[in-house]
Amino acid sequence: MIVRILGEGQWDVSDDQLPALNELDSAVESAVDGEDRETFAQSLAELLDAVRSVGVPLADESLEDSDLILPPSDATLEEVRELLNDDGLIPG
Amino acid sequence: MSLMQRISLIFRAKADKALDRAEDPRETLDYSYKRQLELLTKVRRGVADVATSRKRVELQAAQLQQQSDKLTDQAQKALSMGREDLAREALTRKSALTSQMADLKAQQAQLQGEEEKLTLASQRLQAKVESFRTQKETIKAKYTAAEAQTRINEAFSGISEEMGDVGMAVQRAEDKTAQMQARAGAIDELIASGALDDASSINRGDDISRELEAMSSHSDVESELAALKAGSPQALEQADTAPPAQVEAAPVAEPVSEPRKEEGPA
Repeated sequence: MIVRILGEGQWDVSDDQLPALNELDSAVESAVDGEDRETFAQSLAELLDAVRSVGVPLADESLEDSDLILPPSDATLEEVRELLNDDGLIPG
Repeated sequence: MSLMQRISLIFRAKADKALDRAEDPRETLDYSYKRQLELLTKVRRGVADVATSRKRVELQAAQLQQQSDKLTDQAQKALSMGREDLAREALTRKSALTSQMADLKAQQAQLQGEEEKLTLASQRLQAKVESFRTQKETIKAKYTAAEAQTRINEAFSGISEEMGDVGMAVQRAEDKTAQMQARAGAIDELIASGALDDASSINRGDDISRELEAMSSHSDVESELAALKAGSPQALEQADTAPPAQVEAAPVAEPVSEPRKEEGPA
């Protein structure tokens, strides 16, 4: 499974890591929904760290698209909310 | 659906929309390649812009450091002349600079981080664009328009996701740089308005410098006078050639110089 951290690149993460990542992911999501900035920053950092540590970085020239995409490490809660909005941050 | 899935679906939708544009899918390849090159130029320009901002902040930090050093120097000088009030004033001004300097250092670190991130983004994009170009040529040479579609989809979705990512990174870097430039502009104005600059400009001199200069030229006169009274031509010569030593010698000369008392602590 290919995971992209926006602004950093892509990692190949084995499928059996997915449950653990999903758990961290829902922590981020509920922090966004609950507007809890502190939990948001902390859980996002944990999620990204997990991807970086269990994943194998893809080569720069790889043209694979990602199965999962994560916000940049310095994203604010507002930016993540905007990211989830179709007309949000991604230039198209 | 998880946050990670939702974001990736949005990226994919953007890619699909972009892919639908051309009638002959092979044209899509050339169009996309052109956009990739444009984006690459944009990222490189972004790196240069962030670097320019970083250098500006560094220059300002250096200017403030210089001012701060000068104020320390003035405080010492004022204290050695027995003017604690002036020394206090200089140190008060210095403490105002210290928080500005800490702010600038934080900005500088942030800009440096943005610069590094964008540099890496530009390297990744460059590698992907090169890889896309190779695939594009292969697809155009080997496949008919009808056959090309699947191959194109494969090459296209990966690069389009990267373009979305990089495009966003450039945008964020630009926003951050713009914010910092506004703050840097405010500091430039502060320096230009004289609020800070006065304290550092050696030629024009600020109120502290002027007062210190007035005091030291006065004490030069006093020590020269004292030397004349003592009838020592040697001492007179020293007074001419070594003014910095005279500043320090001033308190020593004080007891014999009556008018010096007018200059006493205010």
